[in-house]
Amino acid sequence: MHPMIMFSNINKWYGDYHALTDITAEVKPGEVVVLCGPSGSGKSTLIRTVNRLEDIQKGQILFDGQDVSGTDANLNRLRSRVGFVFQSFNLFPHLSVLENIILAPTKLRNLKGAAAREQAMQLLDRVGLAHKAGAYPAQLSGGQQQRVAIARALAMEPPVMLFDEPTSALDPEMVGEVLSVMKGLAKDGMTMMCVTHEMNFAREVADTIWFMDAGQILQKSAPEAFFNQPSHPRAQRFIADLRAH
Amino acid sequence: MFDIVSILQNNWTLFLIGQYPHGPLGGLANTLILAVLALVLAFPCGLLLALARVSPWKGLRWAATVWVYVLRGIPLLMVIFWTYFLVPLLLGHNITGFMTMLCTLVIYQSAYLCEIIRGGIQALPAGQYEASRALGFGYMRTTIWVILPQALYNTLPSLISQFISIIKETSLGYVINVQELTFAANQVNNQLLTKPFQVFLILAVIYYLLCFGLTQLAGWVERRIARKRLGSGVQTVTPGAVLATDN
Amino acid sequence: MTHDFDLAAVLRGEYAELIVKGIETTLQLALYAWLLAMTLALVLVTVRLTGNKIADRLVAAYVSYHRNVPTLVQLMMWYFGVPNLLSESTQMALANYNTEFLFSVIALGLCQAAYFCEDIRSGLRAIPGGQTEASRALGLGYIRSMRYVILPQGVRNCLPSLINHTVLLFKNTSLAMAIGVVELTYATREVENYTFRAFESYLVATVVYLVFSLLLMGGGALLARHFNKALAR
Repeated sequence: MHPMIMFSNINKWYGDYHALTDITAEVKPGEVVVLCGPSGSGKSTLIRTVNRLEDIQKGQILFDGQDVSGTDANLNRLRSRVGFVFQSFNLFPHLSVLENIILAPTKLRNLKGAAAREQAMQLLDRVGLAHKAGAYPAQLSGGQQQRVAIARALAMEPPVMLFDEPTSALDPEMVGEVLSVMKGLAKDGMTMMCVTHEMNFAREVADTIWFMDAGQILQKSAPEAFFNQPSHPRAQRFIADLRAH
Repeated sequence: MFDIVSILQNNWTLFLIGQYPHGPLGGLANTLILAVLALVLAFPCGLLLALARVSPWKGLRWAATVWVYVLRGIPLLMVIFWTYFLVPLLLGHNITGFMTMLCTLVIYQSAYLCEIIRGGIQALPAGQYEASRALGFGYMRTTIWVILPQALYNTLPSLISQFISIIKETSLGYVINVQELTFAANQVNNQLLTKPFQVFLILAVIYYLLCFGLTQLAGWVERRIARKRLGSGVQTVTPGAVLATDN
Repeated sequence: MTHDFDLAAVLRGEYAELIVKGIETTLQLALYAWLLAMTLALVLVTVRLTGNKIADRLVAAYVSYHRNVPTLVQLMMWYFGVPNLLSESTQMALANYNTEFLFSVIALGLCQAAYFCEDIRSGLRAIPGGQTEASRALGLGYIRSMRYVILPQGVRNCLPSLINHTVLLFKNTSLAMAIGVVELTYATREVENYTFRAFESYLVATVVYLVFSLLLMGGGALLARHFNKALAR
């Protein structure tokens, strides 16, 4: 079984700023990878290279065996196979919750109305928001909006889900409801890459933790090893700072 | 096209100051005097109207709103004709074209300035009003000492924008023979007869340089204000966002 | 100066006909100019969206010219100035047609196109960048993203400005009287000249302008509310 995502010697610059340095890593099917590290370490940038929201200057990224830098005609196909959840949800305000979810399946997969709606309702059920199908984003709380965003990403049945700090913009009491949806996905065997500061979530759910700082992956290890015995000195400092709270 | 240079050379005084000293002051000078006077006189009217529209007294609010909607709904030309007809009746004697145009612009612009100032007042965070009242200031004092200074400063770019509109509107004085820039250009055209394109090109360029320069000034002022007001939660009233007269 | 108010005097027979003709012409002017302006504005915005630097500068220059030169002067430029540039034979041919109306439509349309172009552009710019990212991340291509996500929101954003400028266009039709188009203001002056009843004539014209302006503003408000149902809390 080939890895779901393979990063080979990735390098990215913003002008003179070296944002990602020699990143080599892979995500196996069904694996849950959590990226953590201090701000500005390049975690978000790295996962955004997978669906080419950011482009790289050196190196190669393989998604399900295919180079993501193929021709642009395949870019949309690639993106429809990568589920992406944003920190700021980015729901479409002029469409209802249901319409947000069925937009991509009906336009890109030519799924018929009734089948699309049924699938959408199932997804809404899964995230606990079936009763909000007719509501508009402006009428929902942050936690509810993010759960709808997750359902929207799942609607295209992607083999991989990427989460870019999904709970960072939420009030504390709403973080739990989003994390429990994500835990459910992990338990069902979804391949996931998560950038998050929620360390308890990482402990519970992650198969591997990638610790990043200054554009490099400094350590990849299982959660227990990472939290209890971090090998890299920078990681040790990070864990110590966490403990201090 | 070199006619343009010769036309300018021969007629620049006409464009600039009309027939003065052999006649009344005209041309660009008169346009500017008319515009400045109109702005200076219309501003207090607009301010009073704006205060009326946000006041807690229903009758006052209603009257001001009706006035503003009527003026927004009819062309400037109609206001010119109304003024031309009514003011002599009210005063008992005839008035010059210049005075007619001045009164028209003051009346017409008072409605638009009202809306701009009102926008500025309403864009202030509610907390300003609440904090002032909490300190014990009554409605009038709050308005004068807290609300207006901020609102007027924030609407400065829009006020400059309205000034540009006023300059453009002075061109309508041509229709009632006011000696302003457009009228001067037509005089030149009537003398030359064979070069209308060149004459009107000169006219357009003069207006363009004047208004474009002022637009740049408005942009500069807006950026300065935005920098100063950064983080205070106030939205500056952008010139384009507010309804423009723009004739 | 007569002090008795006699509305019937100006609404009688041939005067009424003149006023009605004026209203017709005004509405036609407004409609054709609006169509020209909207079409051209959409073209200009599309050109600006391509990102080509030269095209962008040209459109910016177009907008700048039409917003800084008075509409009356633009009208004069078209009616007096432009024909002068054309060949003798074209000018002779044009003399047979109702060029005042034609040039009014062109001048007003081109002028308003600049305003509509800026309105549409502002409307599109007000959409948060995350919307484009989200729709592209779902796999919707450029055209589909535009069609289903960006443009619907853009329309909602620029509707108030577009309505304001449409009312402005309607009012600007009165400027055409300066070059002899028999629209409402011109007709009103004619009626005033014949009947010597300035107050009544002006009143009729004022009411007509007000009614149409308020209809436009009201219709626009309804449209905006319909589109904003989704966005309002």
